[in-house]
Amino acid sequence: MKFNAWLSVGSLAFVLASSGQAFADRIILNVSYDPTRELYHEYNRAFIHHWQEKTGEKISIRQSHGGSGKQARAVIDGVPADVATLSLAYDIDAISQQSGLIAAEWQKRLPGNSAPYTSTIVLLVRKGNPKEISDWDDLVKPGVAVMTPNPKTSGGARWNYLAAWGFALKKYDGDETKALEFLTRLYRNVPILDSGARGSAINFIQRGIGDVLVSWENEAFLALKEYGPDKFEIIIPSISILAEPPVTVIDKNADRHGTRDIAQAYLEYLYSREGQEIAAHNFYRPIDPDIAKKYAHQFPEIHLFTVNKIFGSWQEVQNTHFSDGGLFDTIYLQQESEF
Amino acid sequence: MATSSSSQTFPVQLAAPVTQEQPWIRWTLTLLALSFLSLFLLLPLMGVFFEALKKGWDVYIDAITEPDALAAIRLTLTAAAIAIPLNLVFGIAAAWAIAKFEFYGKSILISLIDLPFSVSPVVTGLIYVLIFGLQGWAGPWLKEHDLAVIFAVPGIVLATIFVTVPFIARELIPLMQAQGSEEEEAAIALGANGWQTLWYVTLPNIKWGLLYGTILCNARAMGEFGAVSVVSGHIRGLTNTLSLHVEILYNEYNFVAAFAVASLLALLALLTLALKTLVEAKVAQQIRGNHS
Repeated sequence: MKFNAWLSVGSLAFVLASSGQAFADRIILNVSYDPTRELYHEYNRAFIHHWQEKTGEKISIRQSHGGSGKQARAVIDGVPADVATLSLAYDIDAISQQSGLIAAEWQKRLPGNSAPYTSTIVLLVRKGNPKEISDWDDLVKPGVAVMTPNPKTSGGARWNYLAAWGFALKKYDGDETKALEFLTRLYRNVPILDSGARGSAINFIQRGIGDVLVSWENEAFLALKEYGPDKFEIIIPSISILAEPPVTVIDKNADRHGTRDIAQAYLEYLYSREGQEIAAHNFYRPIDPDIAKKYAHQFPEIHLFTVNKIFGSWQEVQNTHFSDGGLFDTIYLQQESEF
Repeated sequence: MATSSSSQTFPVQLAAPVTQEQPWIRWTLTLLALSFLSLFLLLPLMGVFFEALKKGWDVYIDAITEPDALAAIRLTLTAAAIAIPLNLVFGIAAAWAIAKFEFYGKSILISLIDLPFSVSPVVTGLIYVLIFGLQGWAGPWLKEHDLAVIFAVPGIVLATIFVTVPFIARELIPLMQAQGSEEEEAAIALGANGWQTLWYVTLPNIKWGLLYGTILCNARAMGEFGAVSVVSGHIRGLTNTLSLHVEILYNEYNFVAAFAVASLLALLALLTLALKTLVEAKVAQQIRGNHS
């Protein structure tokens, strides 16, 4: 019957599928978190050009994006990534500890704790600020719907949570019980916990859900750029967290693929003038002082605190707040028992 | 298992019986059904095409011909082109065994065929991660031998095969049961061997049912999202199927392109629907022909 026809269709498709790789150049795969799509889209093009000028070799770069925790899990389970550019150091630690693919001292290999750009957490509201939101305080008011993703899967969500926690600690003079109560009230106002920062942003921006989006600064600026400043406003809170999204070569994968030289150069070039400018274009704060000065007008001044100053280390943050049975579970379970 | 007994008989549609209801009741009911369908099916479908063509044909064509979209189309076609022939062979073999023979464990086989219907696609994906993932059972061995299953094309194909297993077999079993085994018995009595019986007697009898099952199988293979999403790793240009590509574009604020790619899937659905209607009529004919 039709078997022969099907067989030929099958083999044709196979040829089609494999022909894409037949004349392939060397390829590296960058597994990244959610809001860096536009950043790496631009940066990859610049780096491919740079590499060809420097070495004459034509390379390709593949991208994968998703919630930072989810992406780390995928690398642990075997996504053949050569570099990881994730939202927070803990996720790369997790890859290193659970799979042994990355050397334990990875964070010391590049300047600035391996974070070539920084960012922070701000609040995005609808034009005119109808709910009169000016600081973290306003997020716990009854009737304010707050959009933030799930800290279990999203790196951005963890930064959001920690920024609010830092504010609450300052407000209540370091009283952790009161801070916990503050966060519980805040999460009571969250109608949907998305798995990633981008999903949360799309829900707020495109589907019109919620009154305020707790967001990466770069993501908030991107929303203004995509939708125009006549739709949304950025609210700068009195205090926020210094987010340092780190990058690393995934040693064992890069060595196996024979791509370590490219992977290494790819990350180092992020620190170059061009890399830093591209980061700034995409609303990430450059760490190069000269470039930072050049783009200073773009970034509002915010009083920023670091994870290490308030929480100690990421390992402690994870154990206290986000592990199973941690404070975030307490916050979330309390809510459920009330409803 | 509950489904297996209920779907065993093929729904033979006879000419519509004349009802006793008043015309206005019939018209109201029809109108109600039609407006419900247009609200929940037609409107969203039109919405997809409307959004896709919002910025004109050029943008639409660009969206479906850029390299990542082409790679997604290629991968989706590859997965379907491998899954369908395999399911075709397996489906015929399983349906033949179940419809024409009695053996121990038959109900277990039927339940197994139905398994993909009852297992959530996400669970399917996770099972493959558990087996082939780097931390899973076969992962370390695969890596030693430089083989990749999940987060690569084979994983996508495996997930596609798993979710489409029931379609052809489920379509053929009731058809073959309704047809009985007299013709095969006659063929064998006249001296045909097994292959000849299959080729000249069984297959011609079930060809329309087979085609119908293949169409459904194809639709599911190309539209699958959940299972494929788990094993994909979302690597652009490599492990992104059409459905996953729609999600990526949507997440990149690229709504027109997302709907443009979605419209390809919608077109496929419409084509499937048209083919299905055509073939359905032929299947009913085949059954009636066998019974008269």
